[in-house]
Amino acid sequence: MDELRTRARELLESGKVQLVIGYEQGSGGKTRPAFVENPEKTDSLIFDSRCIQNLAVYVTKSEVRKKGRPAIVASVPVLRSLIQLASENQINDDTLVIIGITPGLELIEFKTLKEVGSFLEQYSLELDARDKEMICKLDGMEPALRWKLWMETLEPCFKCYACRAACPLCYCTRCTVECNQPQWLPVASHLLGNLEWHIMRAMHMAGRCTDCGSCANACPVGIPLTLLTRKIMLDANLNFGQTGPSLTSGNIMSVFRPEDRDNFIK
Amino acid sequence: MLEKNIYLPYLMRIEKIIQEAPGVRTFRLKFINEEDENEFHYRTGQFGEYSVMGAGESTFCIASSPTRKGFIECTFRQSGRVTAALAGCEEGSIIGFRGPYGNVFPIESWHDRNILFIAGGIALPPMRSVIWNVLDLRGRYKNITILYGARTVADLVYKDELMEWGRRDDVRLITTVDPGGDTPDWKGEVGFVPAILEKIAPPGENSIAVVCGPPIMIRLTFPVLEKLGFAEDHIYTTLENRMKCGFGKCGRCNIGSTYVCKDGPVFTYGQLKQMPDEF
Amino acid sequence: MENYIIQNGSLENLFDALVAGGKTMIAPRLKNGKILFGKVESFSEISQDFIQTAQSAKEAFFPRTEKLFGYTCSKNKIVLEDVDPEMFPEVILWGIRPCDAKSLVPLKKIFNWDTGDQIFNRRVEKTTVISFSCQQSDEFCFCTSAGGGPGSTEGSDILFTVMGTDGYMAEVLSEKGKQILDLNSGLFSKAESHTNKDQFLAAIPVRFSREEVSKKLASYFDSGIWENQSLRCMGCGACAFVCPSCACFDIQDESHGNRGTRLRCWDSCGFSLFTQHTSGHNPREKQSQRWRQRLLHKFAYMPERLSVYGCTGCGRCSRACPVDMNILQHLISIQEVDHA
Repeated sequence: MDELRTRARELLESGKVQLVIGYEQGSGGKTRPAFVENPEKTDSLIFDSRCIQNLAVYVTKSEVRKKGRPAIVASVPVLRSLIQLASENQINDDTLVIIGITPGLELIEFKTLKEVGSFLEQYSLELDARDKEMICKLDGMEPALRWKLWMETLEPCFKCYACRAACPLCYCTRCTVECNQPQWLPVASHLLGNLEWHIMRAMHMAGRCTDCGSCANACPVGIPLTLLTRKIMLDANLNFGQTGPSLTSGNIMSVFRPEDRDNFIK
Repeated sequence: MLEKNIYLPYLMRIEKIIQEAPGVRTFRLKFINEEDENEFHYRTGQFGEYSVMGAGESTFCIASSPTRKGFIECTFRQSGRVTAALAGCEEGSIIGFRGPYGNVFPIESWHDRNILFIAGGIALPPMRSVIWNVLDLRGRYKNITILYGARTVADLVYKDELMEWGRRDDVRLITTVDPGGDTPDWKGEVGFVPAILEKIAPPGENSIAVVCGPPIMIRLTFPVLEKLGFAEDHIYTTLENRMKCGFGKCGRCNIGSTYVCKDGPVFTYGQLKQMPDEF
Repeated sequence: MENYIIQNGSLENLFDALVAGGKTMIAPRLKNGKILFGKVESFSEISQDFIQTAQSAKEAFFPRTEKLFGYTCSKNKIVLEDVDPEMFPEVILWGIRPCDAKSLVPLKKIFNWDTGDQIFNRRVEKTTVISFSCQQSDEFCFCTSAGGGPGSTEGSDILFTVMGTDGYMAEVLSEKGKQILDLNSGLFSKAESHTNKDQFLAAIPVRFSREEVSKKLASYFDSGIWENQSLRCMGCGACAFVCPSCACFDIQDESHGNRGTRLRCWDSCGFSLFTQHTSGHNPREKQSQRWRQRLLHKFAYMPERLSVYGCTGCGRCSRACPVDMNILQHLISIQEVDHA
């Protein structure tokens, strides 16, 4: 932690960055995102296993970008999101300075996003065994029963869009739900509308989701959203060989290769 | 049944559609139910929520004068989902109307005063109501001047009524278009509204000014009026904000603690000066 | 108003009697790993040992989706179908906290400001509020700073306070409460006149002065404090939707063929498009302006215009916020700032 604070202070004092995005002590025993602009205030920065909010969500926010060039404290999930954002041209090497944190809580400096990409190769995306089991179970269910289960699970959803807000890859300035010409998705939160929203978002995550879990953590009513996102991840892997974010391979939904399977045409 | 469902609209038939300018239409609306027409009263300055079932509601002022009975009118520009649906309606179509909401132009307090109306572009509709209201009670007021400008000649709305006002000898009408917006046969002024106002320089003493237009025009017009001696409590405008319910419950139209749907939309310049910069 | 005692076992009998009476019982219960309000039919379903539910009970009178009227369109004719309040269910909210019951005060004011929203009013009429006072609190609770308290009776029809292991004190506070008492009088006994619930309530220190903060807020409109406080806010609607006092709404039409419904649904002043004009102009285009609106609306505008505060200190917004926008901390820091 000391190393982190020192590095943050150095970066601010040298003027290399104008802002450090990290974590600080929050309430309820949790941590929360912190924005440090003053090199004297870097002591508030901490890092431990409670730091699960994905800070990459802030690198596309205009209010944050207006502050200047940020440094971002990035654990593996955050690094994955940064690579995905880079592959979508939202950030590049000049946009920010990345202070990486390994799973062993060690600081690791990256000079380029390419270095981040190489570093991440050793941390391939592995699905949680419990979720895998649940997804298999869902897949094996009778459609009518599965429908009923989803209706019950989504019933508490009131479309607060915390899942969207917490996701670093939901950076559209005008989301599909905010279009009213035409009104693609209903605004009101009824069961069908909720299902449409969650399926639409999961589909928009196809091949892009890096499984940080921020959506499910953000949900105030505890909906197990990762079941949907991980199901899509499994499908992306099965049908397109997608194994994780990459700076070079392009987005599975927008790149065509002759060897792509077209078994959806029957 | 509910005592009174405040969200339930009156059903109105579109009796007449006038194409005012590119994308701008006026609807003349009649109540389908006679009881609705009998119970309905409004005063100049008020607005309503006009809707197409299935598309939603949109907020416009009531552009007709309450001195003229049997119908109400609204003028709108096609710009979003609901206005697109409204623009797709024909004469004879039925739309919904909720209202009247908001406060009013206090025209009783304007007796024996001069009145200067200043409007720009699509902002003439809210003023049309009060202009006709005042003209229909002409004897109560002193000099009446109307200064109206638009970007181009084609953008001027209520072209027929402009001619009618111009022909009256108890009204002084000055129309203007932005530089470059004139046509070869244009006989009016050429210049931005605040500049033309400086040129005609009506005195502010014992006078009321009503200003309505795009924010930039209003911002430049107020100082000119002050220079001409108009008191800030005698300069009126009508504000627009994102409004939805019309009765202060949906929470979105407030500027500081002032609710445009309840405390407005008519405000004086003096009141505007007190409001925070949130509109 | 008289106080009664009900024994532990009898409380469950009362619950069963109410269920048998045919009304819909809404109580806190476990779902998705969180304690949420939902329909319950047996006493055992009710969560017992918790501080607060994740979302509020305002759904009972302000549902997330409310039909305003129906319409059927045909060539040259539109028929509108008004709402029938007889169809609203009779609901009993069981197990809500005093801070939730108190939210009826600001909600009633909003929905009856000059114009009465009869849809809301009829739902309130059909809802009975049975609250339980609080023996514990956490760092997010601040009811005592919000003009309430762990044993506050405002908004409740009956307030139960657990008295050690002996049972509950029941304060019967309204006609609705009295009706329940009368129908189940065998389960209750009169409380001794000296019975005092205060010793059984959580100790919740006052953390800030509402009046002082309200005065300061009004003068801080242009302060840089809003940007500092809101930089981490992501602009979702979680705080507004879990809040028992938030009532901002949207109106939407939903059609299927030539029939449809006009709906009222929840909205949040934190959403970026909340105040956006069709022209694209947005008076609150920055999150800091929207955060300011949230605080000023609840603590400055509502007291000024409606003589009521828009917050009961339940702390749900802070607990639900994915980035810990702890409203209590923000309010305290506003009180502590000397000048904007």
